[in-house]
Amino acid sequence: MCEGLNILKQGAEAKLFICNYLGKPTLIKERFKKHYRHIDLDVSITKERIKNEARLIVRCKIAGVKTPALYLVDFERRRIYMQHFENSITVKDFIINVVAKNEKEIDKALNFVAKQIGETVRKMHENNIIHGDLTTSNMLLVEKLPSNVQDDTKWFHYDNLELVMIDFGLSFIDTSTEDKGVDLYVLERALISTHNNFPDLFETILNSYKNFSTKNIKEIISKFDEVRARGRKRTMVG
Amino acid sequence: MVIAIGFEGSANKLGIGIVKNGEILANCRRTYITPPGEGFLPRETAEHHQENIHEVLREALDQSGLSPKDIDVVCYTKGPGMGAPLMVCAIVARTCAKLWDKPILGVNHCIGHIEMGRLITNAKNPTVLYVSGGNTQVIAYSRQRYRIFGETIDIAVGNCLDRFARVLKLSNAPSPGYNIEQAAKKGKKYLHLPYCVKGMDVSFSGILSYMEDKIDELLKEYTPEDLCYSLQETVFAMLVEITERAMAHCGSDEVLIVGGVGCNERLQEMMGVMCEERGGKVFATDERFCIDNGVMIAHAGALAFQSGTRMDFRDSTITQRYRTDDVLVTWRDD
Repeated sequence: MCEGLNILKQGAEAKLFICNYLGKPTLIKERFKKHYRHIDLDVSITKERIKNEARLIVRCKIAGVKTPALYLVDFERRRIYMQHFENSITVKDFIINVVAKNEKEIDKALNFVAKQIGETVRKMHENNIIHGDLTTSNMLLVEKLPSNVQDDTKWFHYDNLELVMIDFGLSFIDTSTEDKGVDLYVLERALISTHNNFPDLFETILNSYKNFSTKNIKEIISKFDEVRARGRKRTMVG
Repeated sequence: MVIAIGFEGSANKLGIGIVKNGEILANCRRTYITPPGEGFLPRETAEHHQENIHEVLREALDQSGLSPKDIDVVCYTKGPGMGAPLMVCAIVARTCAKLWDKPILGVNHCIGHIEMGRLITNAKNPTVLYVSGGNTQVIAYSRQRYRIFGETIDIAVGNCLDRFARVLKLSNAPSPGYNIEQAAKKGKKYLHLPYCVKGMDVSFSGILSYMEDKIDELLKEYTPEDLCYSLQETVFAMLVEITERAMAHCGSDEVLIVGGVGCNERLQEMMGVMCEERGGKVFATDERFCIDNGVMIAHAGALAFQSGTRMDFRDSTITQRYRTDDVLVTWRDD
């Protein structure tokens, strides 16, 4: 079905393989068995997440949010086959390894990436898509046209970059503002813990999120503040 | 060289411990145990601490063989925790500091757990899972702070277990969680429960209300042991999953489990399997150090004191809300 399987990396819940499927560079995401949890629980979680991932990728396409194209779902082998972006970098790597080392570009690069993130997340929420795991590891920057530039300077040609969302295992469809608020809260927390050297990043993202569309924005933001308060003020006894 | 005494009383455990450069000289504790079906309330818990604290202090000093003049710093839990019980320990600590003419230092309870775990297990820079009756957090160290990567967005895992024990009217001695653990060992039939992971955060309140609402129906089909078993399997799977996510995220291969729920052997076992599968290592301690105690406060206080942290006597207050990432870690330079 797919020749030449090379393991790319092992994440927390899946192994990623690169191969060539029907002549296209393909990424296989295999949600391997987790022996620590009860077998029934493992099977149901895995099945649900594969389903979610496939379903939400399609949903994002309709909403105009960039994601990898879905090629094949194989429940038997717990695999999803999807488009592999050869010229890409995770936003996490971009911020930590590229931006931080090019001082002159910091402001411009962060503003660009924050605007992209804010707009993309807003677009998803407008379509009631809740990502469920918004971190900078789950966002890719991809070159629209491969530039063949070898060094990092290619990541500063912003016109040639687009943001691609990945990893929809925890995603779902929901119309409530509560889930959108939680989604934003998860993103804020991820940024605080991973990119603590750029404390303003989330604020910039949130502004772009707010400005992209005005529909329901008051309700979402007040829900977000409520979720935030719940987390921060929770009595932490014992 | 620093000799520190630590007072801990943020919840239903009252503990006093004495350490000398990481060597434990005394570790004394009393637990306020409520009848089955009931939890502990702030006022009664504070009364319990008041009644016992002098005896425990005497016991700790005797056990260490030291006299007050040997002590360099008096440490106490500043927070987080229940107000009234915290206050009891803070007042006694302040009085001792004045009587003995020693400096006083307030300690963050969560930091106490982490530093105690690192001391006992010798884990260098682990991803920490801190699980207790009041807290559920996945923590990793970076740039002078213990940063929270994931946590519960509603109730703590220990709170979920304790309250389910109340639903089943299990005994609170020695602790509700311990009795759930023992019952779970006899459980066979697995019941699917809500499973709620949001990124690196978790939520337990839905599971608890599901169990509470349906308990009469459930008991027709499942034994209490089956329910304890299913509850443990579900909530621990969630905890192991977010810990693994945090490890993958930080590129770490060590896990340290601390806090009262951390002495659950099933949780330790599941964490062990996860670590084995990714070539990592798990560190855990037993009930002497996992469950709230005075030594952890003394040890964390001693580390801070040694690295120059000081507290003005006027600032020796308590706070019910005190986040782990509020504390500047002056004693680590990595």
